[in-house]
Amino acid sequence: MAIEVRVPTILRTYTGGAKIVEGSGDTLTELIDDLDAKHSGLKGRLITPEGGLHRFVNIYVNDEDVRFLGALDAKVKDGDSVTILPAVAGGALGFAAAAALLGGL
Amino acid sequence: MARYESLLDACGGTPLVGLPRLSPAVPEGAPPVRLWAKLEDRNPTGSIKDRAALFMVREAEESGHLRPGDTILEPTSGNTGIALAMVAKLRGYRLVCVMPENVSAERTQLLRMYGAEIIFSPAAGGSNQAVATAKQIAAEHPDWKMLFQYGNPANARAHYETTGPELLHDLPTITHFVAGLGTTGTLMGTGRFLREKVDGIQIIAAEPRYGELVYGLRNIDEGYVPELYDASVLTRRFSVGTRDAVLRTRQLIEVEGIFAGFSTGAVLHAALAVAHEAVRAGNRADVAFVVPDAGWKYLSTGAYGGTLNEAEEALEGQLWA
Repeated sequence: MAIEVRVPTILRTYTGGAKIVEGSGDTLTELIDDLDAKHSGLKGRLITPEGGLHRFVNIYVNDEDVRFLGALDAKVKDGDSVTILPAVAGGALGFAAAAALLGGL
Repeated sequence: MARYESLLDACGGTPLVGLPRLSPAVPEGAPPVRLWAKLEDRNPTGSIKDRAALFMVREAEESGHLRPGDTILEPTSGNTGIALAMVAKLRGYRLVCVMPENVSAERTQLLRMYGAEIIFSPAAGGSNQAVATAKQIAAEHPDWKMLFQYGNPANARAHYETTGPELLHDLPTITHFVAGLGTTGTLMGTGRFLREKVDGIQIIAAEPRYGELVYGLRNIDEGYVPELYDASVLTRRFSVGTRDAVLRTRQLIEVEGIFAGFSTGAVLHAALAVAHEAVRAGNRADVAFVVPDAGWKYLSTGAYGGTLNEAEEALEGQLWA
């Protein structure tokens, strides 16, 4: 058993196109380090230089947002399902138009 | 009260309905765990967005941002546009909606019937195309007014002043509040109100996880977190995929007779998760969740019939919440 990690399309350049990869670790930090060892560069897209989770990245362990589970210290275990997603708002495409109109993008 | 001076006055005051069949069974002698649905489809245009639309327009009128005869420009994928169209009609404004073309046909038909004008941004071009379309429109019409629901405090205030107090009045024993996360207005406003009034209340977000096509085009550096969002209001946040949302939407009508849109399914999925946790922990729970709208506008997706796989396929690439 391992931890199953779902990778969004935009990050599959790091996983050789794979949609699902496997990793291991007791915490999210360990899992990401393990993934980065196999898929170099992935960590840099998820973690900021300051060591926090990227503002526009959401990571879920068994469908629950890790920011409410201890963020990078969140516990993970074999058999867990981890999903990485870009942060979007409801009406996912409408928001971009809204932000643009306000000069936000 | 069942008599109102105008449709605008009939906004809010929606029923809170118990779900005795969907609420999990508890062992004999254990405290009850109950689910309650707040039926926001019982608003004037059939969705929770009437509350935000009304508050945002009123606030803009009071601050002088909106003047009689103005044109309102709103990027929306549906319900906010429909709500704003009704409010704009009754308050004397013109509404132009910018929306991605991959929303359901009913939504665009409704918008037009309420008198809104629609400008589509191509779905295939993704966010970049939507941005380009919006920038172009804004440049051509600098006098058009935006209410911008993602950053407008009046959106959250609508729920702080109405949804939250209604819930507390109808369910003083509330232990959990579960709602969908989009603009975050519902969760921020209701959540803040309930946190002030109810010790230990859990505020839980259910965020729709769309099909790959929706995220496929999105670059992580172009992400967006609504200005209204304050993570400290929430206790937990769930991501609910299309399949679970469809499954729960169907379960809600099959078991409890409530015909809801797919975003309700996502909310119910999270509500059931916390309800079952409460049963396992032996805790009493009154879990109130929001039904943002009914299912009528989504019938054309075909996702109410067929297998779950077929439904998931039908909704792939669609903004179903």
